[in-house]
Formats: sequence, structure tokens, C-alpha cells
Amino acid sequence: MRYIEPHAHMVSRVTDDYRNMMAAGCAAVCEPAFWAGFDRSSANGFYDYFCQLTEHEPRRAAKFGLPHFSWLCINPKESEDVRLAEEVIALIPQFLDRPNVLGIGEIGLNKNSRNEVRVLEMHVDLAARHDQLILVHTPHLEDKLKGTRLTLDVLKNDPRIRPERVIIDHVEEHTIKLALDGGFWAGLTLYPDSKCSPARAVDMFEVYGPERLWMNSACDWGVSIPLNVPYTALEMSRRGHPPDAIDRFIYRNPAEFLSQCPKFRL
Amino acid sequence: MKLSSNLATVMTQKEILDLYFVEARSKLIEVAAFLDRVDRGSGEADFRRDALRQALRALETEGPDRARQVLLALSDPTVEPIAAAPGKGAMGAYGG
Repeated sequence: MRYIEPHAHMVSRVTDDYRNMMAAGCAAVCEPAFWAGFDRSSANGFYDYFCQLTEHEPRRAAKFGLPHFSWLCINPKESEDVRLAEEVIALIPQFLDRPNVLGIGEIGLNKNSRNEVRVLEMHVDLAARHDQLILVHTPHLEDKLKGTRLTLDVLKNDPRIRPERVIIDHVEEHTIKLALDGGFWAGLTLYPDSKCSPARAVDMFEVYGPERLWMNSACDWGVSIPLNVPYTALEMSRRGHPPDAIDRFIYRNPAEFLSQCPKFRL
Repeated sequence: MKLSSNLATVMTQKEILDLYFVEARSKLIEVAAFLDRVDRGSGEADFRRDALRQALRALETEGPDRARQVLLALSDPTVEPIAAAPGKGAMGAYGG
């Protein structure tokens, strides 16, 4: 088995996870910028974090032979403070040429507030001006449906955005069709208690796949399972899906999307 | 009713029951025990108990999208951005 982990917060994981992912067949890991579990006190904290994502973490992954890529932004949970967001977004262009940076992400909404929408628009503008791929976080639980609709409105209202260069992540049964019908990619996130289980991910693959669909563990500092992508591949196998279909879902599909950035090479 | 699908669903209904019935039975009992636990608790419940009961009605419908219906029942149905984020967390159901 070979697979790509297109969304994992490895700065929050122990080194053993890299070893286990490599042993399971991981060919590349991609790390979007996200919330640290607490609010950073200034833009300087984000500068250090971007250095961590583009310098230190790739070196840590390389010790196990695992290519590491990253996405940059100020995450939606810290987007209520528009002034801070402006300062952080101003830092990002100097990092975009770094060899492991794939695009802008994970941007989006958390509680669907006006300020969050404003910061999302700023990120979308940044991505458009620098011709970057976009990775979108959609909100949790009761906020997901509304947040997905608002996010898609922002993306569709910017004529510079090509939907095939945007992935709408953390989709569930009530939002997946919204993303795919808009021409966007959709990401299924495999979490123990929220988002989507391996069985439901395979359900959605059977109903909506295989075009423009990937899945990820989004493992972070919370309860999460770094090997959930290969575990879900086993779920597909248990249902009788052939190896080629599994390979497409867990390797070729994410490779197709990510290869739109010329820096993504395996 | 069979699931509509872009792909051939590779298992028969009998095979799906063989693979998943006991797991689904276990989860259903967990939900029932959870509601019993809430009822045994002191004080008043909040909107989440009623939201869960509302969502459970989707299980009784016929059709291929019960999971979607449950998620819709637990979602914020409004469309306009709110004035300011009240915090960072989500409750799991919409309380108005």
C-alpha cells in the first residue's frame, strides 16, 4: 500500500508517528497551518510557526525519508482579530517561495462571523494574487453547513479563483455535494468523534467518488489517529474494493490535486 | 431502498448486515443509554437533548440519505454571518 497524508498537523505529533506512517506506506505528508490550542499573542508567533513549518518540520520528517509539505495562513479560530490577521497575512508572501510551501491553508470559517468572512476574503485575495492553491477548513458540527455555504460564496464571488485549484476539507454527508457540484475538490477527514469515520468515508466514496475526492487524518494535538488513512484503505479492502480503486483514492487523487503546485514532486 | 451510487456498491445487503449490524446495534444502544442518563440527571436539560431527539426521527425515514438528514437536523439553518464570534467551540446542535 502507498498513500499520501494530505492534511496532518505534525508539529503536534511525536516522532514515532513519522516512523509509523512510513511503515504504513506514506509517501508524503502535507501540513496546513492551524490553531495551536491557544491564541498566539502577536504576529511574531506566526512568523516563528511559519519557520517551523517550512524549515524544522521538513527536516524532522526527512530523518525518516518522508517528504513534508506545508500550507500557510492565519487559521479561522484566530481570525476574529482582523488587525492581527492583516499583520500575519502580510508576513506570508516572504515564505511562499520556500520549497515545501504548496499554497494558502487551512483558511475558512469557525463560528461564521463577519470578521472571519473578512479574513477569509483577504486570504482568497492573497492566494489569487500569488497564484496559490487553496486548502479550506470548514467549521465544526452545527456550524459546518452554514460555514460551507458562506465559504463557497466567497470563492465563487472572486472570478480569479479556479475551483479545481481549491479543496474544501472536512466535508460530511450534508456538505460534500455542495463542494463537488461547485467544481471544487472535497476532503474527508477521519476523526474518532467528529467529522467522519472510516466507514462513512467509504460510504461517501461509493456515493460521490472517485472524482475530486481525498481523505486525511488531520491528526493534531487532540484525539486523532495519524494512521486513519491506511486504516480506511483497509476498510475499503474489507468491503471488496479493488486495489486500483483504493490506490486512486489514497494516492493518485491527492497527488493529482497537489501536483497543480509544481513544487509537489514525489 | 438501495443506495444510489456513482460506483458499484460492492457488497450485498446481507454482506453489509454481516459486517456492520453488531456495530450499529451497539451504537444505537449507546444513544439510548445516553438519553436515559440525561433523564436521570438532576436539573434541566438544554436544547441539545431536544435536538438529538429531532435528529433521531430521521432514522425512521425511508431513503438513501439518513446521515445527511441527521446532520441537517443538527445544523445552524441561518444564512447570514453573525456579528462576532462568541468563542471558538461548537456545541453539536443549533440552539438559536
